[in-house]
Amino acid sequence: MRTYRRYVSGTWWWRNPYYRWYMLREASCVAITVYALILLVGLARLRQGEVAYEDWLERLSRPWAIAFHAVAFVLVAYHAWTWFKIMPKTLPRLPVPDRAIVVAGVAAIGVCSTLLWWLARI
Amino acid sequence: MRTIAIECLRYHPEHDDAPHWQRYEVPFSDDLSVLQGLQYIKDELDGSLTFRWSCRMAICGSCGMMLNGVPSLGCEHFLRDYYPGPLRVEPLNHFPIVRDLAIDQSDFLAKLESAKPWLMVKREPGGAPQRQTPRQLDQYYQYSQCINCLLCYAACPQYGLNQSFTGPAVLALLHRYNADSRDCGKAERMQLVNAEDGVWGCTLVGYCSEVCPKGVDPARAVNQNKIESTKDYFLRFLAPRSGQ
Repeated sequence: MRTYRRYVSGTWWWRNPYYRWYMLREASCVAITVYALILLVGLARLRQGEVAYEDWLERLSRPWAIAFHAVAFVLVAYHAWTWFKIMPKTLPRLPVPDRAIVVAGVAAIGVCSTLLWWLARI
Repeated sequence: MRTIAIECLRYHPEHDDAPHWQRYEVPFSDDLSVLQGLQYIKDELDGSLTFRWSCRMAICGSCGMMLNGVPSLGCEHFLRDYYPGPLRVEPLNHFPIVRDLAIDQSDFLAKLESAKPWLMVKREPGGAPQRQTPRQLDQYYQYSQCINCLLCYAACPQYGLNQSFTGPAVLALLHRYNADSRDCGKAERMQLVNAEDGVWGCTLVGYCSEVCPKGVDPARAVNQNKIESTKDYFLRFLAPRSGQ
């Protein structure tokens, strides 16, 4: 039987909004990785002494660093939201609605983040 | 009566090297489904248009097609929702086209058979009936609603990129039997679940569950089996099975 096969193009994800949001979810990992690397560099600079650490802090206060962290924050927030949104699908069947799991997860991350922010300030 | 333009992707294996679009003007009333629109084309405008259909009420799963790029059942959507159009109708993504909107399902059917989608029971013929509680029924009931319409395969980019991936519907049906308290074939089916092209080929795009017309939620079945696969891997060290 002669058939015709249409192959998937490299831009398959651009055709449908659902795929675009999925790709953004996956791509947000890049920003999270860069953020983690910057944090790792900070730890290494801290180990090198006060001058090195102050230099690292000074670099972080530059406009490009603030712009990157603002973008990374939005992407991390989106990634966290999608993570909890699909969480019910990855769990065994529970006697609670999916929505309750999502809301509980988002609330937990909100409480933990606020607690960390408060601890960092005191 | 209003008219809508329907653009169909046409392919005739004996005449065409590649598919091409053909446009039809279809008069419609508010209660006319897309499938009925295609039937109007076949009856009144162009008898050569080829497509599959049977029940006309989202039971048989025959009329799966891409409507404006979204995997859909032709019988389940109304032309009025696509007015003023044009409505682009294509065969389901990720499958070879046999002719016009008819696709070759061979790959899916072979995978379905490999999942052993039947109850494997130890019960002797004539024995006592195997009763189930409502909770036991609830463990698999939604997965048993699959009508093999293949919309989930057309929605799954992983299947589009790698045709070896077992795919959503087969894994959902596999889970339907594994989750059934009467079944004892789980060990055989886990080989398919654990394989590289089994559940681990899924990256949880989740679009399969969005387009499913029966609420099966194959993404949930696949990802519950990632837990099962992980358990299966580690538990064999604690309780080795014969032949391992």
